[in-house]
Amino acid sequence: MPANALEPDAPAGRRSAYVALETVDGLPGSIKPDPILVADQVSRHFGGLKAVDVSHVEVQRGAITALIGPNGAGKTTLFNLLTGFDKPDSGKWTFNDRQIAGTAPYKLARMGMVRTFQLTKALSRMTVMDNMRLGAKGQTGERFFASLLPFTWKAQEKANEKRALDLLARFNLDAKVDDFAGSLSGGQRKLLEMARALMSNPEIIMLDEPMAGVNPALTQSLLGHIKNIREEGTTVLFVEHDMDMVHDISDWVIVMAQGEIIAEGPPDAVMKDAQVIDAYLGAHHDKALTSDGVVLTKTPAGDTQ
Amino acid sequence: MDFSIILSQTLTQAIGITAIIYCLAAIGLNVQFGYTGLLNFGQVAFVAAGAYAVGVIVFTFDLSLWLAILVGVVTATLLALLLGIPTLRLRADYLAIVTIAASELLRLLVRSIAFKDTFGGAQGLNGKLGQQFHDLNPLPIDFQPLPVLTWTRQDIWVVIVGWVLVALFTLLVWGLVRSPWGRVVKGIREDEDAVVSLGKNVFVYKMQALVLGGIIGAFGGIVWAVAKQSVQPDTFQPDFTFFVYTILLLGGAARVFGPIVGSIIFWFLLTGIGEVLSQAINAGYIDFLSATDVGSIRFILMGLGLMLLMIFRPQGIFGDRKELALDAR
Repeated sequence: MPANALEPDAPAGRRSAYVALETVDGLPGSIKPDPILVADQVSRHFGGLKAVDVSHVEVQRGAITALIGPNGAGKTTLFNLLTGFDKPDSGKWTFNDRQIAGTAPYKLARMGMVRTFQLTKALSRMTVMDNMRLGAKGQTGERFFASLLPFTWKAQEKANEKRALDLLARFNLDAKVDDFAGSLSGGQRKLLEMARALMSNPEIIMLDEPMAGVNPALTQSLLGHIKNIREEGTTVLFVEHDMDMVHDISDWVIVMAQGEIIAEGPPDAVMKDAQVIDAYLGAHHDKALTSDGVVLTKTPAGDTQ
Repeated sequence: MDFSIILSQTLTQAIGITAIIYCLAAIGLNVQFGYTGLLNFGQVAFVAAGAYAVGVIVFTFDLSLWLAILVGVVTATLLALLLGIPTLRLRADYLAIVTIAASELLRLLVRSIAFKDTFGGAQGLNGKLGQQFHDLNPLPIDFQPLPVLTWTRQDIWVVIVGWVLVALFTLLVWGLVRSPWGRVVKGIREDEDAVVSLGKNVFVYKMQALVLGGIIGAFGGIVWAVAKQSVQPDTFQPDFTFFVYTILLLGGAARVFGPIVGSIIFWFLLTGIGEVLSQAINAGYIDFLSATDVGSIRFILMGLGLMLLMIFRPQGIFGDRKELALDAR
């Protein structure tokens, strides 16, 4: 399997993910040495349209896995299914070897599988700090009767605030603590959503297009944040369109097209895969197109026959 | 024109029993709609549940008023569960449809001939519903009604206890919404899926808010039955709910003191406009209207006032315009 060479200055998380995935074959549905998430025969139809039909997929623990594919490939639908936000027509999947098909999404989040959304869901009319506090798990003060007794939750609240400030500082949002989340820019909201998801100390964080609508400068820092998440031992699975960004940060790439997984592998290998190129650019992308849609072969002279 | 009558009538309404009843209903709705974002268009059903609990237990079954209050709370809880279980998992508008339908259904049920023996049909239940409460009145028998206000000794007792209830529920809501619990429900109002993705059982929180708001509303009905000593089905029309919404928006939704201020201002204006108009018509200043038109004219003017409010101060009295300007998305 031709793979990316490991960068000489690679940090520990990147190094171990690389080593773990080095021997994995690059066929769709390949077996990983230490999968955190395993899905089998997951399918979802919208009317006559087959949105997702995945026969087998595994996500390696501690690695950054990218889920890519052209528009309408079923990436987000697969995300929704795996996180319980949508119900599949069939299929089973496990998280940490535990069957989780049919489990309510809030329970999955408590188990350590936290997601973000393609259309950012910052809670606009709440402050950045309140957004962050909401992310923390197991809060006594969120119980109805305990909430009326502040002494039962004040200490926990303080601890959560401290963690929130640390995270916000890492995401360069510490100046915005008391602002309404609705007053943040689109990119800052993406950062806030990611930081909020991290408040719960997830085992796997699933990011749905974290780079969409974010300016190039911020994209660089977002990529850095995602790498840091891996270095802290959290598994990352993310959906993305842009192959270049994927290439930069992912340890493993899974490619979907028309609801199925068509290829897998390290970024370099996947991007040379003929099937992937076809899926993105069309099977005849190197041929000229006439006005009536008929594909013709280019002659050396440049005119068409 | 007799300004002392206008003033006394208006003040009596603005801080009197009617304002208290609507205020309690609005505090309940504030928990549901203001903080949690639940579109409950049937708040009147919870008020009716409280009022009819008193009517049925005290009048029909001749039992204790204190038992009736307990029954009122239980009925409101059951009603909230009944409405919430099928609808709270669905999109917000379903709750709106179900609650408005349920409130009308309940009204038609209690006024039906089939249950006349229990609920008293269209005449309702009229009798000494609040006797046990009025027996506790500590005010001296020869208590002189206050100047300006036109309350009786009985009214004043209800008003005092009524505002204490309002204060207690306001305190409860204040305690809840400043806690992490309040943060979760506000999050649900902003975006339910985001809160689910953070591991909160949204359904349970919505249910808690619906039940709590319903119980507070039921206390409005209990005050009603005790103060007026009667319950009639046709006072619980859907327009009651819309007045409560008006009060809430006037005071500012998701503000702890919004319902109190909203209710006082609403009844001050509604009564004041009506009184001024009737006096002006009787004195001959306005000759193109008759005294019988006043009832509808005051609502027209009130509606006009509300439109102006929504245009120039959409956040209500207490709201923060900057906050409102942040679109939910």
